[in-house]
Amino acid sequence: MNRQNRPKEVWGSRLGVILAVMGSAVGLGNFLRFPGLAARYEGGAFMVPYFISLLILGLPLAWVEWSLGRYGGSQGHNSTPGIYRSIWKNRIAPYCGVLAIIIPAMIYMYYVYIEGWCLAYAIRYLFGEMNYGADPAAYKNFFFDFVGMKGDGVALSTSGDWPLGSAVLFTAVCFTINFILIYRGLAKGIEWFCRWAMPLLIVCAIIVLVRVLTLGTPNPELPEQNLLNGLGYMWNLDVSDKSFWASLCNPEMWLAAAGQIFFSLSVGFGIVITYASYMNKDDDIALSSLTASSGNEFCEVALGGMIIVPAGFVFLGKAFVENPPSTFGLGFVALPNVFNQMIFGQAIGFLFFFLLFLAAVTSSLSMLQPAIALLEEGLGLRRKASVAMLGFITAVGAAFVVYFSKDLLALDTIDFWIGTFCIFVLATFQVILFGWVLGVDRGFEELGRGAEIRIPRFVKFIIKYVSPTYLLVIFGLWINQQFFTAPTNPDDLTWPQKIQQSSVVQMTLGFIVVVIILFLLLIAQSVRRWRAAERAETEAAP
Amino acid sequence: MNTGGWIVMILAVGGVTGLLSWCVYKVIATPGSTEHLHSTADIETPDVEEDEKLD
Repeated sequence: MNRQNRPKEVWGSRLGVILAVMGSAVGLGNFLRFPGLAARYEGGAFMVPYFISLLILGLPLAWVEWSLGRYGGSQGHNSTPGIYRSIWKNRIAPYCGVLAIIIPAMIYMYYVYIEGWCLAYAIRYLFGEMNYGADPAAYKNFFFDFVGMKGDGVALSTSGDWPLGSAVLFTAVCFTINFILIYRGLAKGIEWFCRWAMPLLIVCAIIVLVRVLTLGTPNPELPEQNLLNGLGYMWNLDVSDKSFWASLCNPEMWLAAAGQIFFSLSVGFGIVITYASYMNKDDDIALSSLTASSGNEFCEVALGGMIIVPAGFVFLGKAFVENPPSTFGLGFVALPNVFNQMIFGQAIGFLFFFLLFLAAVTSSLSMLQPAIALLEEGLGLRRKASVAMLGFITAVGAAFVVYFSKDLLALDTIDFWIGTFCIFVLATFQVILFGWVLGVDRGFEELGRGAEIRIPRFVKFIIKYVSPTYLLVIFGLWINQQFFTAPTNPDDLTWPQKIQQSSVVQMTLGFIVVVIILFLLLIAQSVRRWRAAERAETEAAP
Repeated sequence: MNTGGWIVMILAVGGVTGLLSWCVYKVIATPGSTEHLHSTADIETPDVEEDEKLD
């Protein structure tokens, strides 16, 4: 069912394949989220759990998710509840799929907001509205005003240079563009365009990188804010008052590193498993997945990490980089300072943010597909009805994030609980499902079908034992840190403390719970329909 | 930036660049790889076509 008969001519050339696979992986996570996390968790120390997570979680779990999806597709399911149900014959299996639906849908709710920032910055550069001179603080102040960091609802009241100063307007434009594209089935058109736009983004990022690496000491009055110290903040193993080992003892950093790997590789996300279910059974998933992951890592580590954190350090200082304005905000403050120091900075600024906007659009369009697949397959809705229903749900969520803009608290709360915590939980579930329920041998058989590379046998051991143990240990340590250990630094609030102290955090978590309940109800209805269909099939059988 | 920082940076950037280069080589060197390599960006969801037919 739902098999695609894609003509071979779709792939114009091998270069086209590489560009398409790499381009699909590039998004806001590479250029904005990763540097924000690296800066928050003491730069170099963060790279240790990050690379461990990449090797024993990211790459193996990407293979796991592609395999689970294609296996589920061969059983006739495209939605994650259906796929899980076909693999694990247990009543709760489809309900575990709720995470794979709400993760992309809820990430979309704030992702579209950041997409709006990218579009706004691109247009402001186009019209020459981003020239705030050589004062780094001016770019910071603009960003704070633009996104409404000074108070809840502030983003709704536009600044003097309306309409270019309205984050809300740009978010609404992006939201509308996304839904028009997906409603009218035009998503593939924009993705074809992005196949060629993404390499341009990489070229653009390399140009920016060259400029960052030649910054030296832009302000002689602040000699410590120089490029080498900036690179040192990103790569030295001990950069803060804490020693390297003390930094490594923070379970939240390990959780965040694993979450970032999952976020940027779109693993434990619900997207890959849904799309993989539409593949033909002899298509390669092993090399495709590895190429996408390696392209993604190149953009993230070699470009995102080398540009944003050192630039933020050089222009705004260590104190600012250590406490960036939201995980995603660092790039929006650091990059304009770099562009200001570049020849053709305005043109490159426009190009960079516009291409980043396009990358974000392709990512956000794919985030809607898992929920659409559930609404179609589970409830029998047509695509357009599913898109309309999902549009309403995500519009409410996006409005929530935009309204509670003070310190971008709603955004950061959803980003942590959905974009890190829930992804972590779903990835753990999926690796156990693959290794212990489907069976690692059967899973590898699925992964090996049509594969262009041979996966080493030790990966079986990693998937079955190492990855689940690693995930569960980090999870246990994080729970212990959050609920049973007093923080060593009184400024570092645990999540229970944050929840107690902030009504916005409470409301955001309440909103997440409401969305989860809503989709659980939809899954329950889907299960009833599937059972009825199966009964009818059994009765009809001779 | 200290010596440890240089080592971490070279290993990290070199590692991801090397991995990407190997993947690009494999795609280019493997006959027929272009016909069945995929990304989420190029996989057609058949529901779009089905909806168009119903319209």
